[in-house]
Amino acid sequence: MNRSFHKSQTLRCYNCSAVEVKSKFGAEFRRFSLDRHKPGRFEDFYKLVVHTHRISNSDVTIGYADVHGDLLPINNDDNFCKAVSSANPLLRVFIQKREEADHYSFGAGTLSRKKKVLVALRDEGLRRRAHLAISMPHDFRPVSSVIDVDILPETHRRVRLYRHGCEKPLGFYIRDGISVRVTPHGLEKVPGIFISRMVPGGLAESTGLLAVNDEVLEVNGIEVAGKTLDQVTDMMIANSHNLIVTVKPANQRNNVVRGSRAPSSAGQSSDGAGPPAAHVLQNFHPDEVESDEDADIVIEGAAAPPAPTRGAPPGGLTRANGTGLVPRPPRDAPLNSSGREGGGLHRMLSALQPDPRHSLVLPRGGVEEHGPALTL
Amino acid sequence: MMKFRFRRQGADPQREKLKQELFAFNKTVEHGFPNQPSALAFDPELRIMAIGTRSGAVKIYGAPGVEFTGLHRDAATVTQMHFLPGQGRLLTLLDDSSLHLWEIIHHNGCAHLEEALSFQLPGRPGFDGASAPPSLTRVTVVLLVAAGDMAALGTEGGSVFFLDVTTLTLLEGQTLGPDEVLRSLPDDYRCGKALGPVESLQGHLRDPTKILIGYSRGLLVIWNQAARCVDHVFLGNQQLESLCWGRDGSTVTSSHSDGSYAVWSADVGSSPALQPTVATTPYGPFPCKAINKILWRNCESGGHFIIFSGGMPRASYGDRHCVSVLRAEVLVTLDFTSRIIDFFTVHSTRPEDEFDDPQALAVLLEEELVVLDLQTPGWPAVPAPYLAPLHSSAITCSAHVANVPAKLWARIVSAGEQQSPQPASSASSWPITGGRNLAQEPSQRGLLLTGHEDGTVRFWDASGVALRPLYKLSTAGLFQTDCEHADSLAQAAEDDWPPFRKVGCFDPYSDDPRLGVQKVSLCKYTAQMVVAGTAGQVLVLELSDVPSEHAVSVASVDLLQDREGFTWKGHERLSPRAGLLPWAAGFQPRVLVQCLPPAAVTAVTLHTEWGLVAFGTSHGFGLFDYQRKSPVLARCTLHPNDSLAMEGPLSRVKSLKKSLRQSFRRIRKSRVSGKKRAANANSKLQEANAQLAEQACPHDVEMTPVQRRIEPRSADDSLSGVVRCLYFADTFLRDELCLAAAHHGPTMWAGTNSGSVFAYALEVPVAAAAGSEKRPEGAVEAVLGKEVQLMHRAPVVAIAVLDGRGRPLPEPYEASRDLAQAPDMQGGHAVLIASEEQFKVFTLPKVSAKTKFKLTAHEGCRVRKVALATFASVACEDYAETCLACLTNLGDVHVFSVPGLRPQVHYSCIRKEDISGIASCVFTRHGQGFYLISPSEFERFSLSARNITEPLCSLDISWPRNATRASYRLRESPKLSQANGTPSIILAPQSCDGSPDPAHSKGTDTSEPLEAVLSPMSVDSATSADTTLDTTGDVTVEDVKDFLSSSEESEKNLRNLAEDEARACAILIK
Repeated sequence: MNRSFHKSQTLRCYNCSAVEVKSKFGAEFRRFSLDRHKPGRFEDFYKLVVHTHRISNSDVTIGYADVHGDLLPINNDDNFCKAVSSANPLLRVFIQKREEADHYSFGAGTLSRKKKVLVALRDEGLRRRAHLAISMPHDFRPVSSVIDVDILPETHRRVRLYRHGCEKPLGFYIRDGISVRVTPHGLEKVPGIFISRMVPGGLAESTGLLAVNDEVLEVNGIEVAGKTLDQVTDMMIANSHNLIVTVKPANQRNNVVRGSRAPSSAGQSSDGAGPPAAHVLQNFHPDEVESDEDADIVIEGAAAPPAPTRGAPPGGLTRANGTGLVPRPPRDAPLNSSGREGGGLHRMLSALQPDPRHSLVLPRGGVEEHGPALTL
Repeated sequence: MMKFRFRRQGADPQREKLKQELFAFNKTVEHGFPNQPSALAFDPELRIMAIGTRSGAVKIYGAPGVEFTGLHRDAATVTQMHFLPGQGRLLTLLDDSSLHLWEIIHHNGCAHLEEALSFQLPGRPGFDGASAPPSLTRVTVVLLVAAGDMAALGTEGGSVFFLDVTTLTLLEGQTLGPDEVLRSLPDDYRCGKALGPVESLQGHLRDPTKILIGYSRGLLVIWNQAARCVDHVFLGNQQLESLCWGRDGSTVTSSHSDGSYAVWSADVGSSPALQPTVATTPYGPFPCKAINKILWRNCESGGHFIIFSGGMPRASYGDRHCVSVLRAEVLVTLDFTSRIIDFFTVHSTRPEDEFDDPQALAVLLEEELVVLDLQTPGWPAVPAPYLAPLHSSAITCSAHVANVPAKLWARIVSAGEQQSPQPASSASSWPITGGRNLAQEPSQRGLLLTGHEDGTVRFWDASGVALRPLYKLSTAGLFQTDCEHADSLAQAAEDDWPPFRKVGCFDPYSDDPRLGVQKVSLCKYTAQMVVAGTAGQVLVLELSDVPSEHAVSVASVDLLQDREGFTWKGHERLSPRAGLLPWAAGFQPRVLVQCLPPAAVTAVTLHTEWGLVAFGTSHGFGLFDYQRKSPVLARCTLHPNDSLAMEGPLSRVKSLKKSLRQSFRRIRKSRVSGKKRAANANSKLQEANAQLAEQACPHDVEMTPVQRRIEPRSADDSLSGVVRCLYFADTFLRDELCLAAAHHGPTMWAGTNSGSVFAYALEVPVAAAAGSEKRPEGAVEAVLGKEVQLMHRAPVVAIAVLDGRGRPLPEPYEASRDLAQAPDMQGGHAVLIASEEQFKVFTLPKVSAKTKFKLTAHEGCRVRKVALATFASVACEDYAETCLACLTNLGDVHVFSVPGLRPQVHYSCIRKEDISGIASCVFTRHGQGFYLISPSEFERFSLSARNITEPLCSLDISWPRNATRASYRLRESPKLSQANGTPSIILAPQSCDGSPDPAHSKGTDTSEPLEAVLSPMSVDSATSADTTLDTTGDVTVEDVKDFLSSSEESEKNLRNLAEDEARACAILIK
């Protein structure tokens, strides 16, 4: 079917500015067109789609097939524009009800299963795992990222793990080891810290950016050379809410290749011998991190004179730095207004300004663990 | 270099200069008793004493405050030490048979001990060095002859070598071989046997040419060195242990391995003498142990002293450590609690005197030094002004109180004097009085409190160099323990022969470990204190100048607060004695608060103005109003999942009964008994084994690498509920937004192991009239004001409130008695919360983070101890800064500004392996600190450039200078080898006072005429001997937790899968 479909593309007229859209919802197709150069806004497009399919009352997700046949989401102006401009020439749109949305579909090449054999060959046997769980974009929360690619030597990788609010364990172990470095005096063995084990299902493993036997070079911008295993352990744990580790991967084949340099030259030969990159964490905003982590929880005590039984912990809940926790609905507040400060607490809660940065990352652990405090 | 760029502070030169004026790191002095002493020497002319240790340290003591320390380059045991009398020089023999010459040198008027020369006996002359067994030239004894110009070395092979002491060179051709001696012996004595090692060398007081030589086989020879001939021969047949030559040279006393001693007469012309005039086995007739050392001292008043160690009946008292003092018919067997190292008498050494007239006997034991007054009838012990055995019972906690008011000081001193009456006569005072203490009188009185395992709290005068015991508080009398009756019965049942007399205070056997003192807090204005112990007992005490008899009221506080599902499996609470109890003058208990369950108290704090005491255990914390004797608050801090804390420590805490105690003693004894040389061989063997093990170690590491799990703490880690710190403050906690000015009031703060901080607002009835001591009656109420959960969940180590100027709040009564500046109550207060990982300052009353420093994230170290200290500038008289001093688990000391929390300086202070040292560290209010370098010694260090307590002393020494001195002065100072990481000032090699002056002869020379200005900055501190530490001290769970690693082997098999996945994901990201 795909094949015949592609054949028909040649029949289309080239210089037409209109983009033909074929929209599919369930078994139904709708066809309409958009202006390639002025596609308009996503919101309008969404309205148009649900209107055309007569499904205005349900919440849907919209995706399209790109040139490679991958199913990509359309959920904002940018990817909508991209979808329209890259349509060649037909834009195939797929609509799913949100609750039924196939989380396994985006990005995993569901439309190109037949090509998979070829892809697999090209990628030298690197199998992609089908059905990767990718949730809806607005549910996204950063889990990990590779940062500072532009300033690090190609043999190094700086990985940021966001554990904040995540139930998964960080999930890796480190050990002492011997690292071989090229120095002006030839090869030199120096002690180093290595990743020794990954916990299956842990955050570190699930990112795929760290692997066993990777050498740890830095922790949150601080070089680990000369530090003991215990010191590095403590540093990592102290930074565990937002851990940035610079590693020299044991497997150097997946390195990012930059500029005109051939991948071979960037490989093992310059292994750690090159001049160290400027040791600056660029994509790292201290304020951001600190406020993340600073969010110590302060529970305001009730002002009632203590009854003889002091079991019931009084108090409301608020975040120390005015971040994060969205003020609870007022109906919760009066529960603690047993004394002088009841009103004060309410005022304080409403005076809090929720920080947009934290709207995504609710410190669930922190709140839940304070069981008694939540029985407001 | 790897700090974040935006954090880098430009090095402000002004600030750097100021830092230099404020901070300087020095290890200044070691307090207490040297660990593992191995040798003793006394200089009767200078009246100074030297103690050598197994780690190669040499310590010289004179009058209180006069101390010198040196460390041999090799950490070998010091086996013998000999002073060159009056010269301030000391010859030491190590167990590697090397000789070292130390001398006391004056720099800028202050004396220091430095190593000048060293010497190793070459292979036996006449033999090929390789073929001769090295043991034959092992030095067994050393004797200084001819007023210290020459030394005689007795060896294992039986030869005696002679040495020029000033240059430490062998005098060739003077060596006395055993063959030469054998020639003058009758054939039947010779009978083909060797003489054995030289066991003893003694000089004649009046005739320096004569040397008494004792061989192991029993032969005694008087050798005339000038004539090179044998003067006299005594044909002893019993294996020899030691010799003593009487003052007039007519009597020779020998002690033997069978527990006998013999007196030989040298006057009788018949040589060789076959029989001694007297031979007795004092503790016979049953087999006895060897008499290791014997002294013979005659007296003007007639008779003589015979003092010897050992010789006890092998079967019945072979495990005792005894020194016997015999004079005429009076025999006293001094029964010590630890092994005897050596002893000496303080007596006249002037050759012209007719009699020895011993004044005092000093006995060096493994764990303490005991001095007996031999001139007072009954031979009472003389209290030592220093060298106190800190560990007479193991130290479990310590605290320092600075600026003790003179009134309280006098009361404590007088209470201490009533405890142990001082000797009436001044004649029987401390006999070791050499040197002059040049240090200024301490500007303020500092009190060091140590809590001990046996429930005592000892008060030490820590104002100066000599740590002087002041007073001992025992809490055991309040409780019923099952051991004490058995103890007293056993004492009474003992036979009156031998006439034992218990001497010394070292008693490491705790009757009941529950008595152990965990926390101490003293209010220096009201003389009230709180002592909290292992079984959850919290005692509030008050100093009273008169003895009294009163009942102590008891209250118990349940910290579990009806928490279900937990059972306490630890020790029982201590049962207090009921009824009226007699209390001696001193600190007398008022109230006993018992925490339930009776877990060890982990934090305590006292506020005397409010009459409140707060205490915490692993289960929660409580607040008690000791004025009204009523509990105010109890709060459980347990996490529901934390079961470990509930069950209590493993049941290692059974009380040790007397029988157990005895068997321990026996085990200890069997380990240390036996011939010295056998022990040496053993230790060599152990050393070799240890080296082998060390070499094998790296392989092992490669085989099974140590791994560490990277996982943040979770709330249900065990011991999360342990209360780590408690704090009272008068500050702003309630934020009443409607009022323009929030009002301040009493608050209490508690921090736990899991990073929780609880802040309570207290309602304390206020005294109507200012200045009245007691607050009016009325119930105290506590209201939970704030609860802070630190996101990183690290244990909260300390909490302090800073006033509007950023200074810590004064102690109770400090401001009201005009002893401290009143706190600024106008500006916004702030609370400093120090966790194991970071420091944070929060504003008050609205708790929002102001400044912080993440120590662990930056340095990879954890906070162990913190204190706010005032650092005074050396340059400017009245400039001082309050800073946060912090000791980490790596043994480093960091100083941070407050409240900015900017790192100022850091020094490495304690080895990171020394867990007990780190755990025992205590900071003072003025930038000094103490930590245990051994169970018996505190090292004192100073972070302040101005406030330094170090020995500054001088000694009137006289010895002929000669040209050799300049040459060896160029040698490296041994102190250089003490790598303590500090930029200590090293005095450049210099020749002290110009060319050798021929006019300087012995006797005319007095002290060096250097009148330099005493400036503490220019003095190289007498730093520590880096001794090998016994880390069996007080180690808490937190300390060792870092060393335990968890391993989950079950996850291994999934590794391949994980790698595949990783690769796939990497492509995706690309």
